Amino acid sequence: MSTSTVPHPNPVSHALTDSWTMTRRELARWARQPVAVAVNLVFPVMLLLMFGYLVGGGRGVGGEYVDYLVPGMLALTMAFGLEGTMIAVTQDLNKGVVDRFRSLPMANGAVLVGRSAADMLQSALGLTVLIGVGYALGWRAHGGPGAFLGAVGLLLLFRFAMLWIGIFLALVAGKPELVQAVQILVWPVGFLSNAFATPDSMPGWLGAVVQWNPMSQTATAVRDLFGGPGGESGHVWTAVAWPLALLVVFFPLAVGRFARLSK
Amino acid sequence: MADAAITVEGARKRYGKKDALDGLDLTVARGTVHAVLGPNGAGKTTLVRILATLLRADAGRIEVAGHDVAAEAYAVRLRIGLLGQHAALDEELGGPQNLEMFGRLHHLGARRARARAGELLARFELADTGRKPVSAYSGGMRRRLDLAASLITEPEVLFLDEPTTGLDPRGRAEVWDSVRSLVGGGTTVLLTTQYLEEADQLADRISVVDAGRVVADGTADELKAATGGDRVDVVLRDAGQLGAAVALLPLTGVRVDPDRRLLSAPVTDRMAALSGVVRALEEAGLEAEDVALRRPTLDEVFLHLTDRPKEAV
Repeated sequence: MSTSTVPHPNPVSHALTDSWTMTRRELARWARQPVAVAVNLVFPVMLLLMFGYLVGGGRGVGGEYVDYLVPGMLALTMAFGLEGTMIAVTQDLNKGVVDRFRSLPMANGAVLVGRSAADMLQSALGLTVLIGVGYALGWRAHGGPGAFLGAVGLLLLFRFAMLWIGIFLALVAGKPELVQAVQILVWPVGFLSNAFATPDSMPGWLGAVVQWNPMSQTATAVRDLFGGPGGESGHVWTAVAWPLALLVVFFPLAVGRFARLSK
Repeated sequence: MADAAITVEGARKRYGKKDALDGLDLTVARGTVHAVLGPNGAGKTTLVRILATLLRADAGRIEVAGHDVAAEAYAVRLRIGLLGQHAALDEELGGPQNLEMFGRLHHLGARRARARAGELLARFELADTGRKPVSAYSGGMRRRLDLAASLITEPEVLFLDEPTTGLDPRGRAEVWDSVRSLVGGGTTVLLTTQYLEEADQLADRISVVDAGRVVADGTADELKAATGGDRVDVVLRDAGQLGAAVALLPLTGVRVDPDRRLLSAPVTDRMAALSGVVRALEEAGLEAEDVALRRPTLDEVFLHLTDRPKEAV
């Protein structure tokens, strides 16, 4: 009876091909559900139109409200991405398909890598659509191409942090009922930010909470890079630091949770 | 045993205060079909999940295809197939897409994965499903695809965890046929089930588990003989005559169920018992609605082996 440990033949190339296979799986699922994908893209556009026209704003933002609102909506969309990640991971866990993946001789982390690659792609697509609609509404980036790409980078970095929080929550909660709770809770968390209004226009204590919301840091830095109202220089570093800090906490937690599925 | 495909010695797994496995021992010879029979909560699924590297045991020596499931999980995964209780498929995708994906994850490469998917779809009569998503499949089709997905690399050891639970009789027959077609190819099959009939139909040997340990082990015939073998059931037209029937029928160990007007007894010589019962009823002028020989139910096996009834399923 053999007791020698069989080494993984080529861990790096397996990890890459398996991650690509898992990403392809998500892309194939999109191709199957164009309506769901479209709804996901249209939802933030609806919010943008609602706050731009129906609710009306510009509570002393010091410029065109649309220039304030669009970067805020971009950040909010990244924050709400947490929900989508959590739903997808929860569904997989409850369907038994993750059991099959885990019983295959594949790279263990590929399930999570595929999830993040697909979610990041979807978020990049969402940003593109929202920026396009914002442009049509009269929003303009004034900061030049380098600053523009920097802003997009900050938004995606923030989304990446939300993604791993979403994976962690799904692995901890793992039940559709708890997904619902998170779906409801992201709203106050998203709205306790400077996405729609400046903290200056709020009562002092609320303004302080809003200032500290990591999403506000990203929104402020992005406004700065776009050269619009509500931007403050010096926030780029906090907009980098906050998501990195969240990743330092939640990435290992999520990976650890996934490994502990066998406990 | 040198020629064992599965060796389990003293496996323990505890969830909170409950022992899911309480020192379970099991040996399955290569190339055989082995059924693990027991009620819900007996530890069957925990056992399969440990053998399939999805769960770690707290203690025990556990080897599959010659490799330790904890220390050499990768080597084990190369050699096993798993059909879990819930369909382990991507429901949004079609059958071919699912099988190709699993083939790629077995590192067959794109071309071989596609060819293997085609072979398996044809073999399980799913070739014409095309792009239809798995969520639109019937229960039996889904189970067949799930089984195909667990056979991508012709595994040395195949685990089937309650493969027919929740299927209608037709779906069940389909799955039984598929499992039978595997046997003879050298694959070792470990099957869990709540149905004695299923174990009887498919397995060479049966281990009866209860409360996380094996309480009996043997061929179907051995187990049934130990349990008292076949039974004869007699349903009378008039419940008032049950007492008289018990007194005059050539049977021992009779159990009476007045609500169903039923009396039931173990028999050894099936045909002699049947003709004896029929003759005695005729001579006494007792009218019977039904006289039937049958195998013991799992409840009866349990009652016999554990001296307590099987918990409600």
